[in-house]
Amino acid sequence: MKLEHVPGTNRGTVVLYALSTCGWCGKTKDLLKEMGVEHSYVYVDLLPEKELEEALREVERFNPQGSFPTLVIDNRKVIVGFREKEIRETLG
Amino acid sequence: MITEAEIDSRYQRLDREARQGGYNLNPDIAFTRNLVRGLLVNEQRYGYMACPCRIASGKKEEDLDIICPCDYRDPDLNDYGACYCALYVSGDVVAGKSTAGPIPERRPSRAERKEARLKGAREALGTLAYPVWRCRVCGYLCAMNNPPLVCPICKAKQDRFERFL
Ligand code: SF4
Repeated sequence: MKLEHVPGTNRGTVVLYALSTCGWCGKTKDLLKEMGVEHSYVYVDLLPEKELEEALREVERFNPQGSFPTLVIDNRKVIVGFREKEIRETLG
Repeated sequence: MITEAEIDSRYQRLDREARQGGYNLNPDIAFTRNLVRGLLVNEQRYGYMACPCRIASGKKEEDLDIICPCDYRDPDLNDYGACYCALYVSGDVVAGKSTAGPIPERRPSRAERKEARLKGAREALGTLAYPVWRCRVCGYLCAMNNPPLVCPICKAKQDRFERFL
């Protein structure tokens, strides 16, 4: 699965699982950019079938609801949804 | 590719239908138009307006609950003043008395949905003179051999009805 890399300040390994059509995902992506945090993101809905299933399982491992956006920091900390305050506090 | 004109016309239709039914689209026009674009993308991709903020399976029978307006819109409007995507918002949000923010996902997980499908298939039919059908979008009930082709209240299609009794 190919992740898009966005350069910025290193705050650990920050991965955003998003949907290209979703409003809150867009806001989360914009926030990370505005904060200048180095991260990678993937639009799960645009993946080919096999990779999409793989990505969904990955998301479900961190967030059993399998919802978007799911933000994973250092493979440990998980923020589900556009929780602006929490994202700023965690990565600011 | 979705054009601005297509977004305009769908936005206007959804706005008109929302008002007629006593609902409101989110007054944040840029945000709302972006969601309308997502709905149009999904309509092209899957053949139905799957929720832009959820991943659709592409199998209509498994996605019926998230065809917009989804089964979860009304309970979420009631509890949080917005649907999951914040395409639809409450009167308070329109009036600026509260704001629409991200809310928890009400849709059961993939594993839970699979379990519910298996359970539904196992359940035997009752002994009423007529089955009672419930529109999953607006809650309308009717006792007939089959649900109506279109919900007379909210215009959801027949496949959005579930057996209630
Ligand atoms: S959450 Fe809102 S936009 Fe998404 S399907 Fe439900 S009603 Fe439509």
